[in-house]
Order: sequence, then C-alpha cells, then structure tokens
Amino acid sequence: MNVGLWETGIVTGILTGGVYALMASGLTLVFGVLEIINVAQGSLIIAGAYLSYVLQRYLHMNIFIGLILTMPFMFCVGYIIDRVFIRRMKVDRVMMSILVTFGVALVIEGLLTMIFSSGYVHLQSGAINASFPFGGMRVPYIYLYCFLMSLVILAALYVLLYRTAFGRALRATVQNRNAAQLIGIDVNRMSSITYGIGAALAAAGGMGYGAISSFNGNSQYDLISRVLVIIVLGGMGNVGGALIAALGMLVVEDVVAAVWSPSWSTLVFFIILAATLVIRPQGLFRAKEARQQ
Amino acid sequence: MRKTSRKLRLLAGGGTAALIAAGLSACGSTTTTSAASHAPITIGVSVSLTGDFSAEGKALEQGYNLWAADVNSHGGILGRKVQFKYLNDNSSTTQVATNYQDLITRDKVNIVFGPFSSLLTIPALTITDRYGYAFEAPAGGGPAVFAEKSPDFVFVQPTTVVNTMVSAAEWLASLPKSERPKTAAYAADQGPFNEPEIQKVESILQAHGIKTVYSKIYPAETTDYLPIALGIIHSKAQAVLLGTHVPSATAFVQAFVQQHYNPKALVFTSGPQSGTQFLNGIGGTRFANGLMVPAGWWYGASTYQNQQFVSQYLKKYGGTASEIPTTAAEAYSVGQVFQEAADHMHSINNAKLIKALHTYQFKTIQGPMKFNSIGAPNGQSFVLQWVGSKLEPVYPKTYAEAKPLFPKPNWP
Repeated sequence: MNVGLWETGIVTGILTGGVYALMASGLTLVFGVLEIINVAQGSLIIAGAYLSYVLQRYLHMNIFIGLILTMPFMFCVGYIIDRVFIRRMKVDRVMMSILVTFGVALVIEGLLTMIFSSGYVHLQSGAINASFPFGGMRVPYIYLYCFLMSLVILAALYVLLYRTAFGRALRATVQNRNAAQLIGIDVNRMSSITYGIGAALAAAGGMGYGAISSFNGNSQYDLISRVLVIIVLGGMGNVGGALIAALGMLVVEDVVAAVWSPSWSTLVFFIILAATLVIRPQGLFRAKEARQQ
Repeated sequence: MRKTSRKLRLLAGGGTAALIAAGLSACGSTTTTSAASHAPITIGVSVSLTGDFSAEGKALEQGYNLWAADVNSHGGILGRKVQFKYLNDNSSTTQVATNYQDLITRDKVNIVFGPFSSLLTIPALTITDRYGYAFEAPAGGGPAVFAEKSPDFVFVQPTTVVNTMVSAAEWLASLPKSERPKTAAYAADQGPFNEPEIQKVESILQAHGIKTVYSKIYPAETTDYLPIALGIIHSKAQAVLLGTHVPSATAFVQAFVQQHYNPKALVFTSGPQSGTQFLNGIGGTRFANGLMVPAGWWYGASTYQNQQFVSQYLKKYGGTASEIPTTAAEAYSVGQVFQEAADHMHSINNAKLIKALHTYQFKTIQGPMKFNSIGAPNGQSFVLQWVGSKLEPVYPKTYAEAKPLFPKPNWP
C-alpha cells in the first residue's frame, strides 16, 4: 500500500468534490421543488463557465469576483427557462421534463458552439499554476479556492433554505405542492425562483469547473452524467446529501485512480452506488430527512 | 390464407424491386459519372459538428472547404467545379453510417471523403465498401480500421496511428546511454487513437532498456486528471509519454507545474500543437517550452502547396499559423489526393479512383504519400517541440529546424 498516494487521492478528492457538490446542488434543489429531472443543468454549468470566461477575457475581471455578475444573470436565465418551458408541463412532469430539458440543453449547447466555436477554453487566474506544500504533496491554490468558494455558497444556500421565510415556503413546496398552494404559497413563482437559483448555482459551479478543466460546449455530456449520479446517491432533492455524495464519489474515484488504476475508478464508484441503492433505494438521505434539519 | 400469402408475395416482390432499384440507382451514381459532364462534382462527408469530435469536425470542414475553394479557383477537376454536401453525425457511430447511406443512395453524391476519427471511420467504411466508393480518410488510422482490410480505403496521413509516436521513441532511444532517461511513465485514454500509440512506444522504449515505472489507461470520459498526474509524479519517471487530447494535455501540464515536477522529456500524442486552445490553458508559451508532440504536418514545412494552404487558411479563418488545426491540413490533403487520382485516371469513376489510390504516389501538404493494399501510408511522422515561443520540428534530422531541447527546461 502506498500511503503517499492515498493521502493525495483523499485531498484532491475532497477539493474536487466540493466543486461537484456545488454543480449538483442546483440539480437536486430543482428536483426537490419542481419534481423534474433537469437534464439542462450540465449545459447551464457550461454556460456559466463561458460567462466567467467572457468577463475574464474581455473585461479582465477576476473569475471569483465575476460571480457577482454571472450568478444573477444565470438566475434570470433560469427564471425565464422555467416560465417558458417548465411551467407548461402539466402532466407526467418527470418524464416530460427529461425530454424538454434535454431540448433546452441542446439549444444552449448549439448557441455556445455558435458563439464561442467548438475550441476548448480554460479560465485564467493567477492561482492556476501556483501551489503550496501540504503533507508531502503540493495543493494547487485554484483547487483550494474553488473548494472554499463552494463551501461558502453552499453555506449561503443552507441559510437561505433553513433560516429564512422564503426557505420555509420553498421547503413547504418541496414537501407538498398542493398543500403549499392551499396555505397561500405561490407555487409557480416559487418554482421559477428555484429554477433560477439552480441556474445561479450552475454559474458558480461552472466557474469552478472551468478553472480546473478545459471545456467547450459539448463538455456538458460528461458533467451531467456525473452530477446526476451524485444526486441519486445523495438522495434526490437533498442538498446536504449531494454534498456528502460528491465528496464521497470524488474521494473514492481519486484514491482508486491514484493508488490502483484510473480505469477502475469509475467502476468502483458505480459498484458503491449500486450497493447503496440496493440497501437504501432512496439514496443516502431522503429529501424528507433533509427537511427535518 | 391465400390472400395473405399473395399479399406477402407482392410485398416481397415489391421489396426486391425496390432494393434492386436502389442498388442500381446507387451503382449508377458511381459508374455513370463521366469527365465529359460539366455538372459540379458533389462530394459527400459526414462531419461531427456537435458531440465529442466537434472541435475536430469543424477543422475538418474548414480544410475541405479551403481545398474546394482553391480547386474551384483554378478551374475545378477535369473541368468540373467541386461542391460539398455535409451531414452532421453528432459524433455518433450509428448516425455516421446513416449519413453515408443517405449521401450515397439519396443524395447520389459522386464521391465521399472520410469523417473524423477511427471510431466513425469504421461504420462509414462498411457503407462505402457496400457501394464501391473510394474512401479517403483524413483521420481514422487506428489498427481497427486497417483490420477491416478494405480495398477501397486509404488513410491520408504520413503514417498510421499506431506508428505516430514511433519517431519520438526513436529519438529517445537514439540519445547517448548516459543521457537517455532510465525510467518512463505512460498514460493514455482508452480508445482507438492514443491507447495503441502509447502501447507501441512503451514496447520500443522497453526494448531499449528504459524501464516502465507507471503505465495506465484511463476512461475516455475522465474529467479529473489530477490523480493520474499524481500517480505519474509519484513514480518519479524521467520521461513521460502521454496519450492525450487538448483538455487532458492541458490538465497534465497544469498538474506537473503545480507539483513542480520536471521530467527530462514530456511527450504528448496531441495537445501542444493546438495553438491558443492549449497555450491559454497552461498559461502561455513560457510553460510550453520543451514540450513535444509527434506530427505529420507542420505549418512551416516546404511541402507541396503547403505555404498556399497556410496563407489561404489565415486569410479565410484568421489566427496565426501555429493555430491552424492539424485536422484541417489533413482534410486538405484528402482533397489533393483525390484531385491527383482523378487527374491520373482522367475520371472520377470510383473503381478507377480506387485503382489509382493504390498505384500512384501523391504529393500533399503533409509530404509525399503512397498507400499499400489496405490503404496504410508508408511515411513517417516527425517530432515537434516548443523551443522558446515557437513550435519547431526537431526530429528526425531530415525535418529538423532546431536542436531538441533535452532535458526539458524546468517550469518557470
């Protein structure tokens, strides 16, 4: 056994897992409130990454500060997508949502490819090539900054969901849309806001992803499959579960890739996923358990 | 009962007639075309404008269009202009087969050119073989393609995929024993391109006494390369040879810079030749110094019509010469080979073209090319290296414009 590689695998898994948790949080939140599977989340993440790229490239804005603009912008994009596409679905919402949001994803992908071409881009930051020594390895600053950013945003999301009147109304909608409507909550408005928040979280997640990986319009396909797996493992609709699942998934993948073989890392993770779902078909955490927090 | 069997007979008869008609129609499109006609020559291509190969698909389309514009501005081929009919395959192995079927039977194109990648070439080849079309491929030189042993196929690059890294291996092996790296690490993504290249180079270097200390194949859908990079770093290999594309090459360089890891030689199958896509990702040319990549084409080469291609490309698509995608050059070469084959045979009849492709030597912007009976080229790749702010050929000596930087300079 190689202790050095174990340590590095765990550290990189936790750091990268934070970014994936951020990307997955929007998806799981949207599922919880709207009861739809938002396949467009991957393309929203990439759109967010491109927005950061535009601000950094043309306005020379720091990618982290740029979130002040990209998150509200993507919130508006998400709000409009819900009003135009999602709200119109009245029956069989889960199945229909897969088709509709896949269509939305293809439109976004097409627009991104048309505007930015299909060449790969990468977000720039002074921290990208810099690192500091930590326990026999060097930790890249960009991974640490992205991880910290994810924690801050997820903490803010927690406060919004569990410590505000809006959060209470939103959680009531998660629990029972009809009952929420009966007590005067505007469920449609709540849904649009939630989809907007999901898109805003995608903007932040996209910035994190773009800072550690090259991307183009097609990068959404690899992302959406991984993010979907995270929310299934964490429990559909459970933000805290998504965080734990993302950290667990990336730690397992990175340790297996570093210590054993990268070709086994995904397989090992899926074995764990399958085993978890056999024991707990609802995932590690249920949405209901989260509501009790 | 009688009615049913009569219906079945009618259906079977109708179906057979339809198949024969379709077959005749398809054959007609390949055999009745003559040089005497003045109608434009229609060339069908399935191109990946979306999906995994969209970056390369776009470059492919650029190269084909540039060649068509050049040819048409000089009067066309055998007095006929050329025009392309493109269908998007979304990088899908099933769609690419459908596309070539449609191009041949529905659109009745005169000629077909290849798509991007071995993955798409194999299903496409099944269709074009069925209709007897010559199939000139700009990309798609993996072992699985040649295993098809298609008599209609040629791979328009100087060497096959599996041999692309051989020049880099030969260079490492040619170093004096005292300087030669003693250990090497290898990693490549799973698939028909990088995996066989890296495996071949590993076997060559092992035969020259360079010990393998890390060798892994990772899934093609990998997005997190840091743990693989850390495994390589942990092996302390003196030479690192990686089967990569732009995103993975960028990620590996970043990880090596972040970890202050400086192997004596760092060679990629692809990435460092991709201009700004790669350079912006790693932080500029100062981080590229010493990186190596094998190539079959270089913008500065004095090969047939190369300078014309470079200037036309820059005029039409902008950028700098170092940013011209290799795939565009490979696509342009396909056009050159077709044109010369047609000139040799005074015809665009596919059967005659197939004969010409396996008989003559062709001049291309990638250098002279000749193909064996299964379409494999007999040339050799060369090694490009970032030397200062320029990407230069450094090996073999016949191509070299600069001396190889060895050992690779440390990261800035």
